[in-house]
Amino acid sequence: MDNFEPVIVAFCCHYCAYTAADMAGSQRICYPANVKIVRVPCSGRVDAIHIMKAFENGADGVYVAGCLEGDCHFKNGNIKAARRVAYVRKMLDEIGLNGERLEMVLMSAGMGEHFAETARRITEKIRKLGPSPIKPAALSGAGVSRGAEAHT
Amino acid sequence: MITAERKPLDELIGYVRPYERILLVGCNECVTVCAAGGRKEVGLLASALRMSLLQGGKSIDIKEITLERQCDPEYMEELVAHIGGVDAIMSMACGCGVQEVARRFKDKPVFPAVNTKFMGASERQGVWAERCQGCGDCLLGLTGGICPIARCSKQLMNGPCGGSTKGKCEISPDVDCAWQLIWDRLKELGMTDRYEEIMPAKDWRTAGGGGPRKIIREDLAE
Repeated sequence: MDNFEPVIVAFCCHYCAYTAADMAGSQRICYPANVKIVRVPCSGRVDAIHIMKAFENGADGVYVAGCLEGDCHFKNGNIKAARRVAYVRKMLDEIGLNGERLEMVLMSAGMGEHFAETARRITEKIRKLGPSPIKPAALSGAGVSRGAEAHT
Repeated sequence: MITAERKPLDELIGYVRPYERILLVGCNECVTVCAAGGRKEVGLLASALRMSLLQGGKSIDIKEITLERQCDPEYMEELVAHIGGVDAIMSMACGCGVQEVARRFKDKPVFPAVNTKFMGASERQGVWAERCQGCGDCLLGLTGGICPIARCSKQLMNGPCGGSTKGKCEISPDVDCAWQLIWDRLKELGMTDRYEEIMPAKDWRTAGGGGPRKIIREDLAE
């Protein structure tokens, strides 16, 4: 497991974390390539199903990054996202996937260094937790079957 | 609406574990509104079941479909196209929907994914509270639009009991005393004389005491 490189999906709000990632880039601050960023118009756009699908399709960790409290461009999307994350964490615990693999983080658009630090911290945490138990099962041929309905 | 809550995942995993192919059926009506068994919840549950079983090395094929209504046979026909090759059906509808699925597809085991709770209203986002017990003989016209059957813990018909304190019920400080609410409302409406009228003992036959209930509309029934 020494060469385990976790796959981490970060749902980043356009108005804060995504811009903070840009800021990190402009400042030449490195952050782990393990983190795959999905830009969303607001962290409140992230639904429980998006997080579940990320895990189902092989993510070892997921985090949702929204604006600082009181700074949401859409008033309270970040608060709603935090509640949803708490709900999915419980669900992950229930199915034995360890809710620790999911996290909600808050930052502002100017916090490039904080973005990179968060990416490093979560990557290390997931590295310690080890690969998601879903991934080896899915790769061994069991496969991930998809439902008839699309999720938007 | 009829309210419901998803059952614990452990119980649901136990239901589906013996099978290879499951049809997971949601309902677009009440359980969608109370976020227990609509299309979103179908997707979430399917994902959770698949991941849970994958950890034990078991792959399960879950078809997801959400019907407009599960309590009407017309909508049930939509399932016929999806039922082939399915070992079992799990319904995310209320108890009415689960039983309609079981009635239509006699050769497939059917499992409920939610616990059906009560007829309620939305107090605010994410909070539902009981409002009606379907007693079959509505009293709301006499009680200021507040139901003593659904909202008084003792279902008292003629005013509060001694457990009513500062407008709250003795079972919990979070529960309003229905008769306090009724009195306040009657006072606001200037209809306190209603309160003085003694209500006779309730005939519970219409509330299910006379066995399973049925409505037959002669002008509509075929």
